[in-house]
Amino acid sequence: MSDLLELTAAQAAARVRAGELDPADLWHGYRERAAADDLNAFTWVSDRDEPEAIDGDAPLGGVPIGVKDLFCTAGIPSQAGSRILEGFRPPYTATAVERLTAAGAPVLGKTNQDEFAMGSSTENSAYGPTLNPWDRTRVPGGSSGGSAAAVAAGSVPWSIGTDTGGSIRQPAALCGIVGLKPTYGAISRYGMIAFASSLDQAGPFTRDTTDAALLLAAMAGKDPCDSTSLGLPEPVRLPEATDLKGVRLGVPEELTGEGIEPGVLEAFRATLDLARELGATVETTHLPHAPQGLAAYYLIAPAECSSNLARYDGVRYGHRADAPDLLTMYTRTREEGFGAEVKRRVMLGTYALSSGYYDAYYGRAQKVRTLIARDFDYSWERFDFIVSPTAPGVAFELGAKTADPLAMYLNDFCTVPMSLAGIPAISIPNGLADGLPVGFQIAGPAFSENRILDAAHALEQAIGFDGSAGRA
Amino acid sequence: MLSRDQVLHVARLARLELTDEEIERFGSELSNVLDYIETIEQLGDLGDIPPTSHVVEVENVLRADEPRPSLPVEQALASAPEAALGGFRVPSPGAG
Repeated sequence: MSDLLELTAAQAAARVRAGELDPADLWHGYRERAAADDLNAFTWVSDRDEPEAIDGDAPLGGVPIGVKDLFCTAGIPSQAGSRILEGFRPPYTATAVERLTAAGAPVLGKTNQDEFAMGSSTENSAYGPTLNPWDRTRVPGGSSGGSAAAVAAGSVPWSIGTDTGGSIRQPAALCGIVGLKPTYGAISRYGMIAFASSLDQAGPFTRDTTDAALLLAAMAGKDPCDSTSLGLPEPVRLPEATDLKGVRLGVPEELTGEGIEPGVLEAFRATLDLARELGATVETTHLPHAPQGLAAYYLIAPAECSSNLARYDGVRYGHRADAPDLLTMYTRTREEGFGAEVKRRVMLGTYALSSGYYDAYYGRAQKVRTLIARDFDYSWERFDFIVSPTAPGVAFELGAKTADPLAMYLNDFCTVPMSLAGIPAISIPNGLADGLPVGFQIAGPAFSENRILDAAHALEQAIGFDGSAGRA
Repeated sequence: MLSRDQVLHVARLARLELTDEEIERFGSELSNVLDYIETIEQLGDLGDIPPTSHVVEVENVLRADEPRPSLPVEQALASAPEAALGGFRVPSPGAG
């Protein structure tokens, strides 16, 4: 198994298709790893002794996958990190997961997350925090921390998560793996337990960019069950680029200055040097409204969540509190079922949408969103990509930021602008700072996934990041 | 700083019952976050800027209105805390 463990998912799938590897061996080996998980990365692990049979030509080759708990999976617990959904087994499966299964990736486990994807450390899970495999006293990032930690630890070859303001990219950076947030609409949201519907987007966690392309190709597509889904305009190609000749990189001052830890900046600059050696041009630029992005995000996302989470009322599924009358049943169910961060955001969103405050808060945040999208539009006239550190710091210690919501929110500073603009962005590991992984973010125009993956692949080859310490 | 009354008003709108400790805590935490959010005031008058509610140009999606099978009743009720007579059973609105 130790040899199998060192294969990327694409390598394992290729061996399966060539008849050199039995997918059942992959399933057994990884199921053993996942069942022995001591990071609390999983909230559920399959008890099937044998994987479902797959088609011999299936593109994902029977390589098992981890799925963030907020994806509905029929008959399998889908609790989204919340007490209010404890024991909930949905009657249907999310489109993204259906597509993965159809492409030959059986679901090995469901992974831990911040409650309803609200958080940047996975400490907001009702089922306990997930630990970072690089240093078990530290967080894996969030909200998709279980998906990131499981891949980094080698408990599963690849996984999927969701990114609303950075929830794929930031944990990928903190765990030393690849995380891709596709263009909004590339992958159906049907069956994803909703947080902020205009921002939520599914995407892959993988050891390398080739695996990320494979998962994106399997999941992307228009879905009649999600009228905001678009799919991708061209087929996803496996990335092959080994240089960056003619590629123009823009480095926004707003995302590379104040608030970024020195070790992170050092790794970022070293990667820019590598990019130049590979033929890229690197120029400083501006996203003038990016500094207001976080404020706009923390109005828009809570506003949408306060509406989406109205459905948790104790009537149709999930937890119900004992109460003498209907209204008390609603309020008490929500008091008992929601954790502190979810209550905080529901309150913030309700306040921002309430009579007398709507224009000054929610309405204004939507205008700032327009300005941020325009900043990127202007950038594409001069640059192919905008690059920055993925997160302002390395993985922090458990409990370090739980008492200060604002300090936690600042983790999303570099990832939120792309989410507001709906554009794709990838995080690839680009070195260590203080012995902990650092991420490099590459963002491009809407639907530029193939070009982003190519650029990320060229850098990945040049960086030669060694993630084996996380799997030790 | 959000007053106790403001916190209670928002909690009522959000259908949340809060403990006394939470009322105090959320009042101060939300005030800190709102202070930070005030940075969007630095941009001055945004009168001419159109709001973005959604980055995708959403079009109305139509299909023929033909009956199709839907979730069977027993499946729809399978996760209900309390079901009766093919529906969701809840406490009386007036019992309190």
